[in-house]
Amino acid sequence: MTAAQTDAAAPAPVSVEDVQALLRDQAYITDRGLAIAIFLALKLQRPLFLEGEAGVGKTEIARALAAGLDTDLIRLQCYEGLDVNHAVYEWNHTRQLLEIRLMEARRGADESVDADIDVFSPQFLIKRPLLEAIDESRDRAPVLLIDELDRADEEFEGFLLELLADYQITIPELGSFHAAYPPVVVITSNRTREVHDALKRRCLYYWVDYPDYQKELQIVTARLPDAPRQLAQQVTSFIQELRDTELYKIPGVSETLDWTSALMALNMRQLEPEVIDDTLGIMLKYQDDIEAVRGEPVRSLLERSQNRGPRRGGRRG
Amino acid sequence: MTTNLTVNLHTAPADAGEGAILPNLLMFGEVLRRLGLEVGSANMLDLVRATEYIPIGGNRNDFRLAARSLLVHKQSDLALFDEAFQVFWRRPAHGRSMRDLRSMGEERRYRTPRVAPHREDTSDGPPGDLESEDANDRQPVVDLQRSFSAREVLRQRDFAEFTPAEVSAARSLMSELAWDLGQRRTRRPTLGDGSDIDLRRSMRRSLSHGGEMLELAHRKRKTKPRPLVLICDVSGSMERYTRMLLHFVHTVAASGQQLEAFLFATRLTRITRHLATRGVDQAVAQVAHAVPDWAGGTRIGEAIKTFNYRWARRVLRGGAVVLVISDGWDRGEPELLSHEMARLQRSCHRLIWLNPLLGSPTYQPLTRGMQAALPYIDDFMPAHNLHSLQELARHLNHLSDRRPLPPSRRPSDAPADEPEPTGTIPHDGTTAARSRRDLNPALAPTFRHPLWGHPNIPGGG
Repeated sequence: MTAAQTDAAAPAPVSVEDVQALLRDQAYITDRGLAIAIFLALKLQRPLFLEGEAGVGKTEIARALAAGLDTDLIRLQCYEGLDVNHAVYEWNHTRQLLEIRLMEARRGADESVDADIDVFSPQFLIKRPLLEAIDESRDRAPVLLIDELDRADEEFEGFLLELLADYQITIPELGSFHAAYPPVVVITSNRTREVHDALKRRCLYYWVDYPDYQKELQIVTARLPDAPRQLAQQVTSFIQELRDTELYKIPGVSETLDWTSALMALNMRQLEPEVIDDTLGIMLKYQDDIEAVRGEPVRSLLERSQNRGPRRGGRRG
Repeated sequence: MTTNLTVNLHTAPADAGEGAILPNLLMFGEVLRRLGLEVGSANMLDLVRATEYIPIGGNRNDFRLAARSLLVHKQSDLALFDEAFQVFWRRPAHGRSMRDLRSMGEERRYRTPRVAPHREDTSDGPPGDLESEDANDRQPVVDLQRSFSAREVLRQRDFAEFTPAEVSAARSLMSELAWDLGQRRTRRPTLGDGSDIDLRRSMRRSLSHGGEMLELAHRKRKTKPRPLVLICDVSGSMERYTRMLLHFVHTVAASGQQLEAFLFATRLTRITRHLATRGVDQAVAQVAHAVPDWAGGTRIGEAIKTFNYRWARRVLRGGAVVLVISDGWDRGEPELLSHEMARLQRSCHRLIWLNPLLGSPTYQPLTRGMQAALPYIDDFMPAHNLHSLQELARHLNHLSDRRPLPPSRRPSDAPADEPEPTGTIPHDGTTAARSRRDLNPALAPTFRHPLWGHPNIPGGG
C-alpha cells in the first residue's frame, strides 16, 4: 500500500539521488543527509522535522519539494494561540445565521416550505490548512508545511500529534475526514523552545546547519544565476567569515541571497568596504551586531575573506 | 569494511542475513537507549522498514544518516549517536564494544553540560575516517581522556559540612514557600466571561432556541504562570551561600514552577536537567559534578553575555522573571557587565538581583561589578538567610504586570502614606528612595535600592 500510494503522485523519487536531482531542479541544493531524510519521509510516510537556526532554508525545502513533486504546498504558519479554528476548520457563522433567517422568511411566506435545513453541513464549513491537506478529493499527496512549530503552544502540539498519528480529523457535526493520500508533512522549528519529544519521535529529524563555502556558493549561483561570479564568491566568503565573528544573530542563507540581490541592484561587481557598511542592515538585524562590525572590522573581515578564497568550507569551529 | 559484522551481512544468504540484521538492529537500538537516547519501538520498526530502501549492506554512511534521522530527535544527541554508530557497526556487537558504549554513557552522564556549541559538526561526511579505520582497529574509538582533560579544574565540594539541623530547617521552610510569579495572558482563548464572543458556541446554543441568539457565549484569554529563570553565582566569594542557594533553587524546581537554572563562576552552565531529577542531595551532587569551576573566580559579565547569546532567546519566552544571585564581585570588565545587564533587562519581564551581602546593615554596593549592574536591576534584594528567602517568595507572589520605573524616572511626589521599608536593608533616609507603588503595602518587602538617593552614584538620585 505504501508504494501504491506514493506512486500515484506523478514523479515519485525512487532513490536518494532522485531526491537530490529533483530538488536541484528547483534550485535547492541539499546535503546527502537531508536527501536521505526526505527520501525516507516519502517512503515511510513519516513527517520530516527540520530544526535549525533562522534563515538556513528550512521553509524553502518544503517549497522546493512541493514544486519538484508537482503537487500543492499547504502552509500553516504557527503562532501562539493557534487553535482549531485557524488550523483545521471553522464554521461560517455569518452564512449560517443568514441561512436561518432566510429559512424563516421563506416559511413565513409559505407554510408548506420544508423547514429542514442543516447549518452544520459541508457548505458552511471553512477549511483551514490541516483539513485542506487531508481533503479526500485530492488525487495526490500535497506537501503540508507546518512552519515554526516552536511558536505554537503545547496545546497545539498535542492536537498535531493526533493528526499525524493517522491523518484523520474528526468534526463532531460531520464525522471523520480521512486522507486518501497522506500528505508529505514538513515541520520546521527555530528551536526557540524544545518541541515535545512525543511529537519528534514520530518524525524523521534533521538538523539544518549553515552551509559551508562550496555549498553556499552553489546555492547563490543556483538561486541567482545572473549574479556576477566574482561577486557571488566574494559575498559567500565574506558571509562565511562573518559567521565566525561573535554575533547575537548569525546571518543565514536567506541573508546571503538578499545581500547578493541588493548588491546586484546597486550594480556592484565586487565588494567594497563602504558599500558593505551601507548594506550591513541586510545581513545583521541587531543594532549591537551592526555597531560591532561597522567600519574597521568590516575591512579586516573583507581582507580575511579575500585571503581565504574558495579554499575551505567555513564551519565555525 | 572488514569487520565481522558487516562481512557476515555481505556474505550470508538472505535468510541468515535477515536473521543477523534484525537482532543487531534491535541491539543497536538498545545500546542507544542505554546511552540515554529516547528510542521508541516505533522508531525501531521504522528503521527496519527503512533498510528496505537504504540497505545496511550498501553505503555505510547512507545507513548512518538514515538511522540518525529516524532514531535521533535532538540536535544535542547527534554527536553521541555518531560515536555510538562508529563503535557499534564496526565491531562484533558484544564484549568490548558494549563496554566502550557503556563508558560513553557514563561520560555523558557526568559530562559538563555544554554552553556554547550550538553548531556541532553535522556535516554529511562520516565522523571518523573510514579508510584508515580498519588499520587502527585496536585503537579505542571513544576517547574518554579527551573530554576529561578538556574540562576545567573541577573541585568537588562535600556537602557534609552542612549541619543536619540547618538542612532540615531549610528544607521544611522552603517547601512551605508558595511560589507564584503571577500569570501572563496568553493568546489562547478559553471559555469565560471575557469580552470576545465565542461565535461557534453561541451558534450551538442558539439552536436550542430555534436559531435565536438569546445568549452569547464569551471567551477570555487563557493565562499561564510566568517562567522563572535563575542565574546563580557559585564563585569563591559566594561559597558560603552556595549550598544554601542550591537548596533554594532546587525547592523552586520541585514545586512545579517552570524553571530554568544556570550556574556560573567563570563559565555559565545550565543545570535545569540536573535539577529535574528531583531529590535535593542527588541534584546537588550532580551539580557539584557538573559545574566546572566550583569556587573559582567570578566573571559575571561573561556569564551574562553567554546567557544572552546562547540561552536568552530560548528560555526567556513568555515574560520570564529572571533572578540573578551574586555578590557582585566581578573580576571582568564592568562595561561588559552593564552592557549585558541592560540587554538582559530588556529581554525579560522582571530582573531581580539577590545579593547575600545586602543582609549586612553596613553593606554598600560599591564594588565595580555591582555598580555596573545596579542601573538595570528592577529589584535588589538580600538572600543571606531563610528569612530573606521568605521575603523573596512573598515579593514574587505580588509581582505586578508592569516593571517598576527606574529610580531616575520615578515621580518625586510619591504617596506619603507609603510604608517605610522594614528589615535589614540600609537606607540613607533621603526622600528620593521610594519602593514600588504597586506592592501591597501590608506586605512591603524588606528591600530598598541602596543607591537610590546616593549622591555619588550616577543615576542614583
